[in-house]
Amino acid sequence: MRKFLLTLTLALMPGLLLAAPSGGNYMSANVDPHDKQSLQRGAKLFANYCMACHEASLMRYQRIGQDLGLSDDLVEQFLIFTPDTQIHDVMTNAMTEEDAEQWFGAPAPDLTLYARRHGPDRLYTFLNGFYRDDNQRWGVNNTVVTGVSMPHVLQSLQGMPEPVYEESNGDRVLVGTDVPEEAAGSVSQAEYRAMMRDLTNFLDYVAEPVKAERERLGYRVLIFLFIFLVVAYLLKREYWKDVH
Amino acid sequence: MNQDGADTSRRRFLTAATTVVGGVGAAFLAVPFISYWRPSAKAMAAGAPVEVDISQLEPGQLINVSWRGNPVWVFRRTEETVENLERLADQLRDPDSEQTQQPEYARNLHRSIKPDVMVLVGLCTHLGCSPLFRPDSRPQGMEREWFGGFFCPCHGSFFDLAGRVYTGVPAPLNLEVPPHYFIDDDTVLIGEEEGAA
Amino acid sequence: MSETKSGGLMGWIDDRFPATKMWNEHVGQYYAPKNFNFWYYFGSLALLVLVIQILSGIWLTMNYKPSGAEAFESVEYIMRDVQWGWLIRYIHTTGASAFFVVVYLHMFRALLYGSYQKPRELLWIFGCLIYVALMAEAFMGYMLPWGQMSYWGAQVIINLFGAIPVIGPDLAQWVRGDFVISEITLNRFFALHVVGVPLAIIFLVVAHILALHEVGSNNPDGIDIKKNKDENGHPKDGITFHPYYSVKDLVGVAVFLIFFSIVLFFMPDFFGLFIEPPNFEPANPQVTPDHIAPVWYFAPYYAILRAIPDSFGGVVAMGAAIAILFVLPWLDRGKVRSIRYRGLSFKIALMIFAAGFVLLGYLGTQPATELNTLWSRVGTVIYFGYFIFLFVYTAFGMEKTKPVPERVTMK
Repeated sequence: MRKFLLTLTLALMPGLLLAAPSGGNYMSANVDPHDKQSLQRGAKLFANYCMACHEASLMRYQRIGQDLGLSDDLVEQFLIFTPDTQIHDVMTNAMTEEDAEQWFGAPAPDLTLYARRHGPDRLYTFLNGFYRDDNQRWGVNNTVVTGVSMPHVLQSLQGMPEPVYEESNGDRVLVGTDVPEEAAGSVSQAEYRAMMRDLTNFLDYVAEPVKAERERLGYRVLIFLFIFLVVAYLLKREYWKDVH
Repeated sequence: MNQDGADTSRRRFLTAATTVVGGVGAAFLAVPFISYWRPSAKAMAAGAPVEVDISQLEPGQLINVSWRGNPVWVFRRTEETVENLERLADQLRDPDSEQTQQPEYARNLHRSIKPDVMVLVGLCTHLGCSPLFRPDSRPQGMEREWFGGFFCPCHGSFFDLAGRVYTGVPAPLNLEVPPHYFIDDDTVLIGEEEGAA
Repeated sequence: MSETKSGGLMGWIDDRFPATKMWNEHVGQYYAPKNFNFWYYFGSLALLVLVIQILSGIWLTMNYKPSGAEAFESVEYIMRDVQWGWLIRYIHTTGASAFFVVVYLHMFRALLYGSYQKPRELLWIFGCLIYVALMAEAFMGYMLPWGQMSYWGAQVIINLFGAIPVIGPDLAQWVRGDFVISEITLNRFFALHVVGVPLAIIFLVVAHILALHEVGSNNPDGIDIKKNKDENGHPKDGITFHPYYSVKDLVGVAVFLIFFSIVLFFMPDFFGLFIEPPNFEPANPQVTPDHIAPVWYFAPYYAILRAIPDSFGGVVAMGAAIAILFVLPWLDRGKVRSIRYRGLSFKIALMIFAAGFVLLGYLGTQPATELNTLWSRVGTVIYFGYFIFLFVYTAFGMEKTKPVPERVTMK
């Protein structure tokens, strides 16, 4: 039996070796689909700051309420701002792609699956990566997406960070951002990071709403399978007494 | 191979145990496969309760709305038709709505919350055709007492203006009254009982 | 074997349909060597995964829409709106990769113990055909979610046909049914994925099992157990499949399902190998993802393809890498089957071959840098080198084998 498990682990090794790191030097968002408080705060941030331009067109409001422990009334009160939108509708807005092209030069991507496509850490770093750049259309640039075509909609919270450069081999390299006191927003930098973590956590949840549930169910399935394994092994051992 | 050392009762017990545990597993595994066929969130959203504005609804007028893909009729009865409902009892199969074809709050003479506003699922209780609205003119070939009602063209069943079925027609039951309530005087919500979330 | 006619319902059926006879032939009275080890679990597991894939696949078909406009969303509809749809879909995606894990180990077993040697050549060929059909099935299935990887993976693979001289471009267009990969391609792949290829696979699996039961199972000692029979005519080293191997395989099933569930419930993407991140973006014919890698189970052959500098040469090498498997029984002229009694050079060669295959698999998922291409060439030489070595080594009597025991050994 031990040999069996060992060999199977070895058999899976190639797969583990192939597992490429997600790449890039991103901050860790440390997402946790079981942290409902964080997800609720993230949902509110998303509805308030993101949804004017971005949609989550495959996510239903009601599902959020069910998964995050919010009643339909609370969802309607805190998350639904568009008229004629019902609790069972998906999270869309009124902005058309053409409008977005005209206003921002690019359509605002749908965020339903964004965290699964690019990884939550990249998203988290992006949200923390805005800095002032007067050469840009909206006066901001981003450490993750250079030449970003969206304004810093969270400026009222974070303030406007200045880029921090360092000399490296004679080149000026962007190493981070810092918010000067006179440009500070309504929350501290630590609070802002915590809020962005909530928002990232929420978008990671939106990308795969069943994540928390599947993990919960997974433990139960494994417990059952171990019981089955024990019974099956005893049965096998009993019959194989004939063979030896 | 020899079975001399075989402990048959232990074997039987372990075989039974494995079968039971495996069977329980199979039963649990069947749940997702069966539930998969139930209405999805999208179907539930499409079948969500419907709000109907009845402020413009004239006496004698019927509007057809779609709830869960089925036709639902909302119509306003005139005072005269409400009075006529009482005079038909001997013509009807279930004049007092004994069968559970309506929520408890619509189990009365006029089968509705307000006497004048009638809400009905527009499907014949015989084989599911949608009957025609005949507010006054008597359907052809019909020789019974008639104060207006519904006539099903498929197999010739007819109903009065409270959706009650006549005797001697194929349809066995009165037309169904869906769950509904009045949000306010001018708005009725179809598909949900009052206070149900 | 005397068959007494039983009465009752079974007797009534047996008079009209050989139910009991078939059961005995393939299960109840099928004698398998008693010394099967770890490597012998993967045959029954492959059958299990086939059943899993067919069942979950049928259920997915109920809500999937094979149209360019709706395919991507219909998959997310299954993941979000359909009750338990996420579970059925993860069963299918995990099952696809599990199928190849199990089949690769099953094939490696055959290499270890010479299970392709006479008289099991046809059994091996049926197996190779299943493998080819499985690759076709997986390739076409991978296109159905209609994400970026689905689209561009299919684009690259179908363009392989285009590299064939003269008829190539027309052939690629014929496969696509359009000037680019489109809904038309999606529709025909859907038809083949859900009906055509599965039928072929089921037929081939039946043939594979019938051929196995005709010649009898090989074993880790590579001995023919039919040579030693007892007074009843049963092999002395054989035990009936049922109950001995049915209960043993049940243990294998339990362990397999544990690994399967760990992946399914806790890491269904499996680090981006089982479900690749770019596939969470709908197919866009205008924009290629930064890095296109085939799914892991195709990666070794993709690395061989890229190792050859000429595009048609690459296609030929890739085809040859699969075709050479079919003639393996005639390349290996060894006198013994099992690695236990074969020459040291064989053991070393097989280990290098296995390592080379894994190396190719790794390289196939990586960007084609100069260094990676160099390593791919090393891997390609190892891959083909193994078969050439095996032929030279055995056909010219260079192999020094150890004596094979008369009876199987239990380790």
